[in-house]
Amino acid sequence: MADCKRRAFVKGAGAALGVTAAVGGGFALYGMKRAWDPLPSVVAAGVTEVETSSMDQGDVGQVEYRGKPVVILKKTDEMPANEERDVVINGERFTVNILICTHLGCIPAWTGEMFKCACHGGEFDSSGVNTFGPPPTPMVVPPFMIEGTKIVLGKEGPEYAKIKAAKA
Amino acid sequence: MAKFEKANSIGEWLDQRLNTKELMRVGVLEYWIPKNINFLWSFGIILATLFGILVVSGIFLLMYYKPDTDLAFYSVNYTIMQEVAYGWVFRNMHAVAASVVFLAIYIHMFTGIYYGSYKSGREMIWLTGTILLIAFSAEGFSGYMLPWGQMSYWAAQVITNLFGAIPVIGPDLVIWIRGNYVVEDATLTRFFALHVLVIPLIIMGVLGAHMYALRIPHVNNQDGEDIDYEAEARKFKSGDKRNSKVMPFWPTFVAEDVFVLGAFLTFFFYLTFFHFGFAMDPINFIPADSMKTPPHIYPEWYFLWSYEVLRGFFFSSDMGLIAFGIANHIFLVFPWLDRDPAIKPMHKRPLMKWWFWSFLLIMIALTVWGKLPPTGINAYIGFVLSVAWLSWVLILLPLLSSIERKS
Repeated sequence: MADCKRRAFVKGAGAALGVTAAVGGGFALYGMKRAWDPLPSVVAAGVTEVETSSMDQGDVGQVEYRGKPVVILKKTDEMPANEERDVVINGERFTVNILICTHLGCIPAWTGEMFKCACHGGEFDSSGVNTFGPPPTPMVVPPFMIEGTKIVLGKEGPEYAKIKAAKA
Repeated sequence: MAKFEKANSIGEWLDQRLNTKELMRVGVLEYWIPKNINFLWSFGIILATLFGILVVSGIFLLMYYKPDTDLAFYSVNYTIMQEVAYGWVFRNMHAVAASVVFLAIYIHMFTGIYYGSYKSGREMIWLTGTILLIAFSAEGFSGYMLPWGQMSYWAAQVITNLFGAIPVIGPDLVIWIRGNYVVEDATLTRFFALHVLVIPLIIMGVLGAHMYALRIPHVNNQDGEDIDYEAEARKFKSGDKRNSKVMPFWPTFVAEDVFVLGAFLTFFFYLTFFHFGFAMDPINFIPADSMKTPPHIYPEWYFLWSYEVLRGFFFSSDMGLIAFGIANHIFLVFPWLDRDPAIKPMHKRPLMKWWFWSFLLIMIALTVWGKLPPTGINAYIGFVLSVAWLSWVLILLPLLSSIERKS
């Protein structure tokens, strides 16, 4: 009888030890996972604001967003509208694209009427859609939010959700 | 407490306390190796030596290297290469050994495949060896990042991007691995930690398991002959060394190994001092620039075959990634894809003989096309080679070996 009690006690103690170790191990793994997450300063720096009110039609600007170049083109009336990709602020149309060729990652240049990639000759129209050469897909529209006349890159607004939905 | 008598020599003193005589007997003096082997059996010692060279040269590089995106490039290319006495030797040795170690691994692996040394009891040797290949690949990749040149940076960018293709968690996983939205300081420092401590520890552990796994089923021989080790060992110990089919690891097998190792190291130091350029891409002597991609990004030669399997499916990046995933892990299950349990060298297997040499040719062709730009006809050749590689491993290997088993 005493043996049975002892056995039960040892079993219970073993289970308690196992559970404690498992919980502790879980915390340890979570801590290790969190240690590799981007630092708060990195997350804060992951938002780029662009003021568009001073841009004229046909103007092209480039900003750095999360280490990547982003091009902002204020479209002229002659440039075809693209309902699925254009960022519209007060009726004005903007092309906002991560300026990286979807072929092998080179940086295309704006020629005045299209984006041309020097590496393998890929071409994108004024909306960032691939029109010629090896690029398999249009350039990527980064997550953005419209705040007045400002485009905030790195935050997702309803306009971005619409573009994302149109792509899918 | 055991009763210790006064020792008459240092050896006896140590033996009393550490049982060194027994350790030597079990470890090397009566570790029996078959006599029926050739120079290819020395690649284990060659690999152990190369790993030693990598550790020692790595320690000296570590003394001057600075894991910081602002300092890394100049700590390598100025401090180590120009200021530190013999720093350039340590760097050349480290870079060349990191490249040549893969040559030795591939030879070691294909020796195992040729002689059927991965099945019928030797699965654990093969499995630990394959894990070592994966660990060395991770070690090579993380080390390549450290000089923080253009190729370091863009290789890191492209490789970490591959994880983005994993469904659902992919994009977040990429940011987590990098510790930033792009490859940055956090990425460099964590891969530095992996390179100098975590992965080497894993390699040492698995290396121990690899050598231990060898002790139980014993070393294979040129004919796949099933040797009665106890009887042959008795014959050797009784003095009939000539007729015994086995020899001791020390000193006999090591004496052979040292000869082959000498030849290999001659080749290694020739590369280190006269032909080190192949292990150091000129583009990597340009500091990393996140705003400028080099026109062509290609991996080191030892990753080219799997890189070409990835690129071969040029019309679908998803299919390419799946094929790439298979290519990097399929060797783990090789012992079970070969359906014939008989241990025989390829020249005694009528069908598999053709399979082996054509498979080797496909691997070499993939390596060559992996370096060529993927345009025009090359894209289609790459596709054919990738499909061939997959069907050789997934279809022909099980099929031909089971036909052989039945006949």
